[in-house]
Amino acid sequence: MRRRRLRSERLITLLLLLPSVIAVAVFVYGFIGWTGYVSMSNWNKLLPDYSFVGFKNFLKLFSHPRFQIDLRNLAVFTALFLTGSLAIGFLLAVLLDRKVKGESIFRTIYLYPMSLSFIVTGVVWRWLMNPGSPQMGSTGINLLLEKLGLGFLKSGWYTDPRVGIKAVAVAAIWQMSGYVMAMYLAGLRGIPEELREAARVDGASEFQVYRYVILPLLRPITLGAIIILGHISLKIYDLIVAMTGPGIGFSCDVPAYFMWETTFHANRFAQGAAIAVILLLMVSLLIVPYLVFSVRREAEV
Amino acid sequence: MRAGRRVPWQRVVLYLVLVGFAAFYLMPVYVLVVTSLKSFAEVNLYRMWDLPHSFSLESFRKALLGGFGYTGLAHNFVNSFYVAVPATLASAFLGSLNGYVLSKWRFRGSNTLFTLLLFGMFIPYQSILIPLVQTLMRLGLYGSIPGLILAHTVYGIPITTLIFRNYYATVPKELVEAARIDGAGVLGVYTRIMLPVSMPGFVVVMIWQFTSIWNDFLFAVTIAQNPAVQPVTVALNNLAGSYIVEWNVQMAGALMAALPTLFVYIFLGRYFMRGLLAGSLKG
Repeated sequence: MRRRRLRSERLITLLLLLPSVIAVAVFVYGFIGWTGYVSMSNWNKLLPDYSFVGFKNFLKLFSHPRFQIDLRNLAVFTALFLTGSLAIGFLLAVLLDRKVKGESIFRTIYLYPMSLSFIVTGVVWRWLMNPGSPQMGSTGINLLLEKLGLGFLKSGWYTDPRVGIKAVAVAAIWQMSGYVMAMYLAGLRGIPEELREAARVDGASEFQVYRYVILPLLRPITLGAIIILGHISLKIYDLIVAMTGPGIGFSCDVPAYFMWETTFHANRFAQGAAIAVILLLMVSLLIVPYLVFSVRREAEV
Repeated sequence: MRAGRRVPWQRVVLYLVLVGFAAFYLMPVYVLVVTSLKSFAEVNLYRMWDLPHSFSLESFRKALLGGFGYTGLAHNFVNSFYVAVPATLASAFLGSLNGYVLSKWRFRGSNTLFTLLLFGMFIPYQSILIPLVQTLMRLGLYGSIPGLILAHTVYGIPITTLIFRNYYATVPKELVEAARIDGAGVLGVYTRIMLPVSMPGFVVVMIWQFTSIWNDFLFAVTIAQNPAVQPVTVALNNLAGSYIVEWNVQMAGALMAALPTLFVYIFLGRYFMRGLLAGSLKG
C-alpha cells in the first residue's frame, strides 16, 4: 500500500520535471548537436546543405586572418576585463567594509550599472570615448581629461586600432566591477572579526591581515567571480555591437561578433556554426569542472 | 586630547577614493541626463559636460514618438513588456516546480540531472542560434513575439531552477514530513507547504528574469528583426546607429530603455542582490 503510494508519487515528480527536461534536452543539447553537425557541413549559402565535409570549416577558420585577430582580441579583452573587475571590485569591497558612513548609497552607485543592458552601456560609452578631432577639439572623456588638466591621458580610444578592444574592456569593467564588489563584500561580512583581531594580536600589519588571512578565506568567491566574469567575457557581443562594431582592421572584433555576421549576414552557416562550437568548447573548459565540482561538493555536505 | 584633534588622514583618503569611484560610475548617467534635457539648439559635442541652460523634454518626445526620418521607441517598449512579462512568469513557474522536485524529492541521478540543467545557463547562445532559428521557422514562430517568449522561457529554466532549488532547500524537512503524515501527496505538499512560503523566491526569480529578458539583445536581434516586433534594445541600437538621429534623442532613448530595470534595481535592490549572488551558485 505504502509502496504503491511511493511509486505513484515518484511518477508524479517525474511528470513535473518532464516539460523542463524535454525543453532543455531539445533546446540545449539537441541544438548543440545540430550546430555541431552544421559546423561539419557544407552549408555556406542561404539554403541548407548538410553534406558532410569533416573539419574543413574549422581548418579554414584557424587560418582565417580575421579569426586569428578575434582570438587575440578575446584574450586581451578577457585578461583586462577580469583583472580590472577583480581588482576594483576587491578594492571597493575592502574600503566599504571599513564602517563607512553612507555605505548603502555607495554600494547602490557602484552596482547599478549591473542592471543596465550592454546596449545602453555601449551607446553611452561610444559617445564618452568619441575622441573628437585635432581640428575641432576633444569630446567626451578626452574633453573631461583636458578640463581636469590631465590632457596627456587623452587617447583615440576605440578609433585607434592600437587601443581597439581595450577601450571596450573599460566599459565592461565599468559595468561589472560593482558585481565583484558585491560578491566580495558578502564574503568579507562572513569573516568573523575575531579572526582579524587574532592576527593583529599576533603582530600582523593591516596589509598582512588581508594578504594572509582575508584573501585565502575569500578564495571560493574569487573563483566564483572568475567563472562568472570569464563566461561573460568569452560571450561578449552586445557591448561591441552597440559601442564600436568590428572596428578598424577588426581591432574591436571578437568571435561572437564574427559568428553572427558570417551566419546571418553572409549566410555562411557552417562557418558560423564552427565559430559557435569553438566558443562553446572554450566556455565548457571553464564551466564544466566548476559545475561538477560545486554540485558534487554540495551533495557530500 | 591630542589624539582627538589629529586629522584622520586615513579616513579622508578613504572617502576621497570612494567618492572618486562614485563619480566614475555616475559619469555616464550624468551625460545621459544632461544631454537628454538639452534642446537640439543647445546640443554640442564640445559642450557635452556643461549643464543645460534651458530645460527641454523635446528629446524624450522624439525618442518615443520619432522625428524626421525615423520612428520612435514607444511601440518597442510595449513589445519588450509583451516579451518579458509572459516569459518571466512562465520560466519562474517551471523553475519553481523543478526546484521543488530537485530539493525535496531527490532521486538517483537527480544531481546529475541538475548539473545538466545548469549547464544550459552558461552556454554561449551562439551555439544554439542556428537550430533555434530553423526550428522557430518551422513552427511558424520566427519573427514573432511568441517565438521570443518561447526562447526566453526555455533558456530561463536553468537559472530559475537553480534559485528555487536553493530557496526550497531552506524549507525544513519536518514541515514536509508533517504534511505527508497528514496525507498530502506530491502536489499537496507543493500547494500547501511550498507555494505559501515561495513569495520571496518568486520575487528574486522574477526580478532576475525580467531584468535579463528586458536587457537581452542577442535573441531579440536574431529572432525579431522586423520593426513591428522589435524589443527596445534592438530598436535603441538601430536608433543610436543612425546618422540622422540627433545625439540628444539617442541619449534620451538610452535613458528610457534603462529606466524599467533601473527602477527595479533601486526599489527592489535587496532582492536584486540575492538573485545576483544566487547566479554565482551560492545558495
